[in-house]
Amino acid sequence: MNGTINALTRSLNVFHLAGSACNNCDIEILDALTPAYDLERFGITLVGSIRHADLLLVSGIFNRKAAIRAKEVLAQAPKPFLVVAIGGCPCTGLMFRDSYNWLRPPSDYMRIDAYVPGCPPKPEAIISAVVKVIEGLRSGALIPRCLQNDGTIPEDLAPGMADNA
Amino acid sequence: MKGNMVLLEFLFFPGLLFTAVAGLLTSWVDRKVTALVQMRVGPPLLQPFHDIRKLLYKETCVPEGGATGLFLLAPLLGLAGVTLASMILWRTLLNAEATFVGDLIVLIYLLVMPALAVMLGSFASRNPLASLGGSREVKLMIAYELPLVLAILVPVIHANSIRLGDLLSGQAPVLSLSGVLALLVCITCTQAKLTIVPFDMPEAETELSGGALIEYSGPPLAMFKLTRAMMLFTMPVLLVVLFFGGLVSGPGWLPPLIGFLLWFVLVAISIVIRNTTPRVRIDQAVRFFWGPVSIVAVLAVTLAWLGF
Repeated sequence: MNGTINALTRSLNVFHLAGSACNNCDIEILDALTPAYDLERFGITLVGSIRHADLLLVSGIFNRKAAIRAKEVLAQAPKPFLVVAIGGCPCTGLMFRDSYNWLRPPSDYMRIDAYVPGCPPKPEAIISAVVKVIEGLRSGALIPRCLQNDGTIPEDLAPGMADNA
Repeated sequence: MKGNMVLLEFLFFPGLLFTAVAGLLTSWVDRKVTALVQMRVGPPLLQPFHDIRKLLYKETCVPEGGATGLFLLAPLLGLAGVTLASMILWRTLLNAEATFVGDLIVLIYLLVMPALAVMLGSFASRNPLASLGGSREVKLMIAYELPLVLAILVPVIHANSIRLGDLLSGQAPVLSLSGVLALLVCITCTQAKLTIVPFDMPEAETELSGGALIEYSGPPLAMFKLTRAMMLFTMPVLLVVLFFGGLVSGPGWLPPLIGFLLWFVLVAISIVIRNTTPRVRIDQAVRFFWGPVSIVAVLAVTLAWLGF
């Protein structure tokens, strides 16, 4: 475990990125950050700016317009950072999968490190996912995907879409 | 040789290293007490150190189209300012002979540097939210500097000297009516100078999402956080020196202990205010500082002049 990862796991600043979610996951994320769970014990705090973030919690299906913004926001995050998908929507699309505004799975254009299924997942599930991510980082089993260049990010989300975005 | 000594003092004790460690510990006290107020456990002792260390490993993002040089220079300016201020203060505290004429004025100017750095950095980042935060910082500074300087005049009038060393003579201005009023004004202004609630509009997390510091990441952000932590440590020390006649003057261990307790009380007052008040609007803050606070400050100066 190198110094970067060690430092990262001891002080995770969480940024919350809601991409046209139904709000239930967002409420559960905020629940997880309330004094009842007291994540500051582990150095986890909520930040308002993507530039201060280490851990991005994304929720929602990311429709055509939100996907472009999400990609832009992710490009602004300082490396190394982690992306955790919260809820069933970014995992499978759930019932929105066949909807007219469904673009493609977020994993196609975001490097997602972990998934937390559930509709919505409980705060305990979110915390457990973050703990697993931290353990994975510390044991070396998980390398932040933003540091890997596996070529899964397409330049163009959908041709011609940016014009009317 | 003397130059080397000054450089060592600036970098280690009582300059950068000492103030940084003390400041980060103070910010831990702040977070821990906040946690206890909210009935939770709170962060471990070394959490502020981990936060700074993590930021040093992060990438530095420079916004496109901004003033890159100024953007990267601003945090250094703030850090240098507060380090020098703390160094002058502690040199005088440890050795009252190390004072020079007008060092209090130099100190007041140096303590403006962190706010100035936030301002310059935010305007250099070419982010609309940051410039909004920066403009709020300007207004806030214009608002609180007048009563703060007026209140600092009270101990100067009491000691009849503008040198820090002469303020350490053991007499406490706070025992007089004008001293009490001036201390109250100073506590209020300190809250604004540290941009903590209720005067944290420049960084308002809910509306400006980080405000003035929104574009900063990595080491520059670490510098800003360090500067804030060091200010959180230095400002109460300055207040103890001004109003209680010094932390470590006199023989034996009792004066430093009492000085530390007074410092802790001032920090605790600041934390309790932070946890029990909501954020005010910028116009309310300006009205508050130029209205009641300035009037009380002028009253305190007048009383001190008349010998109360």
